Amino acid sequence: MLLNSKVPTGPMAEKWEKHKFDIKLVNPANKRKFKIIVVGTGLAGASASATLAELGYNVSAFTFHDSPRRAHSIAAQGGINAAKNYQNDGDSVHRLFYDTVKGGDYRSREANVHRLAEVSVNIIDQAASQGVPFAREYGGLLANRSFGGAQVSRTFYARGQTGQQLLLGAYQQMMRQVHEGKVTLHTQTEMLDLVTKDGEACGIICRDLITGEITSHSAHAVVLATGGYGNVFYLSTNAMACNTTAAWRAHRKGAYFANPSYTQIHPTCIPASDEFQSKLTLMSESLRNDGRIWVPRSKDETRSAGSIPEAERYYYLEEKYPAFGNLVPRDVASRNAKTVVDAGHGVGPLKNGVYLDFADAIKRDGRDAIEGRYGNLFDMYERITGEDPYSVPMRIYPASHYTMGGLWVDYNLMTTIPGLYAAGEANFSDHGANRLGASALMQGLADGYFVLPYTIGDSLAPKLGSDPVPTDDPVFKEATADVEDRLTRFLAIGGSRSPEYFHRELGKIVWENIGMARNRSGLEKAISEITALREEYWQDVRILGNNESLNQSLEKAGRVADFFELGELMARDALDRNESCGGHFREESQTDEGEALRDDENYSHVSAWEWNGIDTPQTKHKEELAFEEVPLTQRSYK
Amino acid sequence: MSQTLNLTLKIWRQEGPNAKGSFESYQANNIPDDASFLEMLDIVNESLIENNQVPIEFPHDCREGICGTCGVMINGRAHGQEIGTATCQLHMRKFNDGDTIVIEPWRAAAFPVVKDLVVDRSPLDKIVEAGGYITAPTGSAPDANEMPIPKDVAESSMDAAACIGCGACVAACPNSAGQLFTSAKLWHLNSLPQGQAERYKRTEEMVETMEQYFGSCTNHGECKEACPKEISLDFIAEMNKDYMKSKVKNRKKAGQK
Repeated sequence: MLLNSKVPTGPMAEKWEKHKFDIKLVNPANKRKFKIIVVGTGLAGASASATLAELGYNVSAFTFHDSPRRAHSIAAQGGINAAKNYQNDGDSVHRLFYDTVKGGDYRSREANVHRLAEVSVNIIDQAASQGVPFAREYGGLLANRSFGGAQVSRTFYARGQTGQQLLLGAYQQMMRQVHEGKVTLHTQTEMLDLVTKDGEACGIICRDLITGEITSHSAHAVVLATGGYGNVFYLSTNAMACNTTAAWRAHRKGAYFANPSYTQIHPTCIPASDEFQSKLTLMSESLRNDGRIWVPRSKDETRSAGSIPEAERYYYLEEKYPAFGNLVPRDVASRNAKTVVDAGHGVGPLKNGVYLDFADAIKRDGRDAIEGRYGNLFDMYERITGEDPYSVPMRIYPASHYTMGGLWVDYNLMTTIPGLYAAGEANFSDHGANRLGASALMQGLADGYFVLPYTIGDSLAPKLGSDPVPTDDPVFKEATADVEDRLTRFLAIGGSRSPEYFHRELGKIVWENIGMARNRSGLEKAISEITALREEYWQDVRILGNNESLNQSLEKAGRVADFFELGELMARDALDRNESCGGHFREESQTDEGEALRDDENYSHVSAWEWNGIDTPQTKHKEELAFEEVPLTQRSYK
Repeated sequence: MSQTLNLTLKIWRQEGPNAKGSFESYQANNIPDDASFLEMLDIVNESLIENNQVPIEFPHDCREGICGTCGVMINGRAHGQEIGTATCQLHMRKFNDGDTIVIEPWRAAAFPVVKDLVVDRSPLDKIVEAGGYITAPTGSAPDANEMPIPKDVAESSMDAAACIGCGACVAACPNSAGQLFTSAKLWHLNSLPQGQAERYKRTEEMVETMEQYFGSCTNHGECKEACPKEISLDFIAEMNKDYMKSKVKNRKKAGQK
């Protein structure tokens, strides 16, 4: 199939305006005749549900959590970018656009990024009017901080809980629509399959996590706002339940999966301490505003951090990248941490971390100021490690955090299945090969509040007067039977190991071979190991309990099964992309200084993979990327 | 280096909402003290699965104290003995070798047990649904800096907005009252200039919805002790004040029915 991104013609700054005028609209009185399913209630899902309902559509919202407010957007700490230029430091829509394309290492779709930068300013207005308690200056105006990959201060925040506050804002708007009867909310309901008829999305199959009941839901359009797949690494900063199942089931039904190898390893997480560890905790990137990153110059250093003299400390980011220093983009910061730790300079009992040191900032601004900025993060660090970061430096190390890859979508956010949309982290479109800090919240809300509610009308308008496919149609019966068979199969395997065990083993393979640095032999090894482990999984997993009550092992079984298939595709995509770009670092493709070396001639495209069945590798389709506004250059943060 | 602990756990097991539950004893041996409380339960569950016993269902997700999913009674206290700490952030270094730990689900009539340690907290969403929002349809907002908000007002609102909706306040309350949760949401919105238009209507609707599900507040203050975000009791006083004002006269002044 030819991938048509449907990017409008015309000058970059006018594309979105023009597109909004050109696409089909559904008139206000007719919107109530349409039903839309939104899966996921994080920033993208909750904002989309609220806005679509405000417009008059009938929305059914689904979440596997017990409350929509628990979606993992809640955990985002640092902030949200917007080109407001409130700081008068030269910011503009064009600069945010430029920074995002460059930060993504020239692997994103320019027109989408420009639109994102344009609507970023509306998001802040929207959130403030909902009562999101953003940080303020004494005069009452909004405060900003700076984030990696930018030389302006454009990040809005609410202490270290920006994601929580933005999600509560969107959740509350959605609950208002639940109150109005325009959103029907299904909690503790997990989507286990997408239903299509004649190639178009017409509904979903769900499992009630409390009763085990399998239900069918039909609609004129389906929106997946189901987040990313960072938990394929097992250890990640994602919440325990984050998974790829909804997106992966859609992929198996015909939605192309784009750039799965583009994963973000966040530089500032608390290092792993032992095998029992279930997840890694992020320390917000905002800490890099005041914390200085260093390791001892000597590999055999045994002194405590405070007693190592200045001259014997290696502030590797400040030395290598004087212009951006500790605020280089995430991929650069992560890779450099790996380099110094691999070279034997690591700190901590397992020598698996680097220092993030606030001693200078405390000396300069006082303890109170630092406490005001990061108090809750410091408390969190102390709880987890038992160490006081006001007196000893934090220890940090990179961990899986975000996935830039996802379902391929066109400019309207529609996947390759007509009627199926993907929003937020679940799609691939805006961050290229590396996402800048504070841009995930921006994109999730942009998609949900300001993009999807307009673009979805284009595919709905021609359906005026037609009812959704009834749930007693054979396509629903067939999909229900498939879902039930899979659940029955899990419970019948009766093997010897828990899904947790297999997930952990899968994570080790993925981290080792498809992590911060990748090479051909490692990727080939990963493919064969993942395939072998997947086969073992289906023979040897042990799921106890039943299907008729809450059963977290059974839930996990399906999610891990899908992670196996996704992990394999990640490796294939990484192997196929024989260049380095952003978070995808192929050791075979680097500059003399060890920086990522792109190959624009051969890889300036999106790789979108088509499912061919479990035993046949996916087929790759290309969307060529054209760069009209931002000239392709070697990224430099020196 | 980390130490290990040997513990005796008494855990509430209950197959479903209508089943009769009971305490079961488990030995948890060689638990590293760097593990979190939930990781300790993970280790117990892995060994149960290994011995072909159905694992314990417990609520959890983000494991960094922000999603509000987790929460159990630990030795009779919601989220355990540490102040300002959600269950997921409680670490085993706070316990001693040889301890017996009693683990129960949240105890409140409004939160029926779903299974084992998991309860149904949907009444909290009902309270928000009743009015826990500012009516601000997408696209209608003026520029964010058009309405300056004094820093201390924004900070006070944020103190209340920090609530994670875990329900520990209800579980800790001898009356199973929902005042701390409800008042935190009210103060988050009622203290801001944007929240004034619907202030009294919001207060009445949320308070009256709360009263359909939860018990009465008698100012014990147990809620605040249990709250992982240390939400202030002052918000309850503010809520009561607004509710009184609304009932007496101010809502009419504000032009609300």
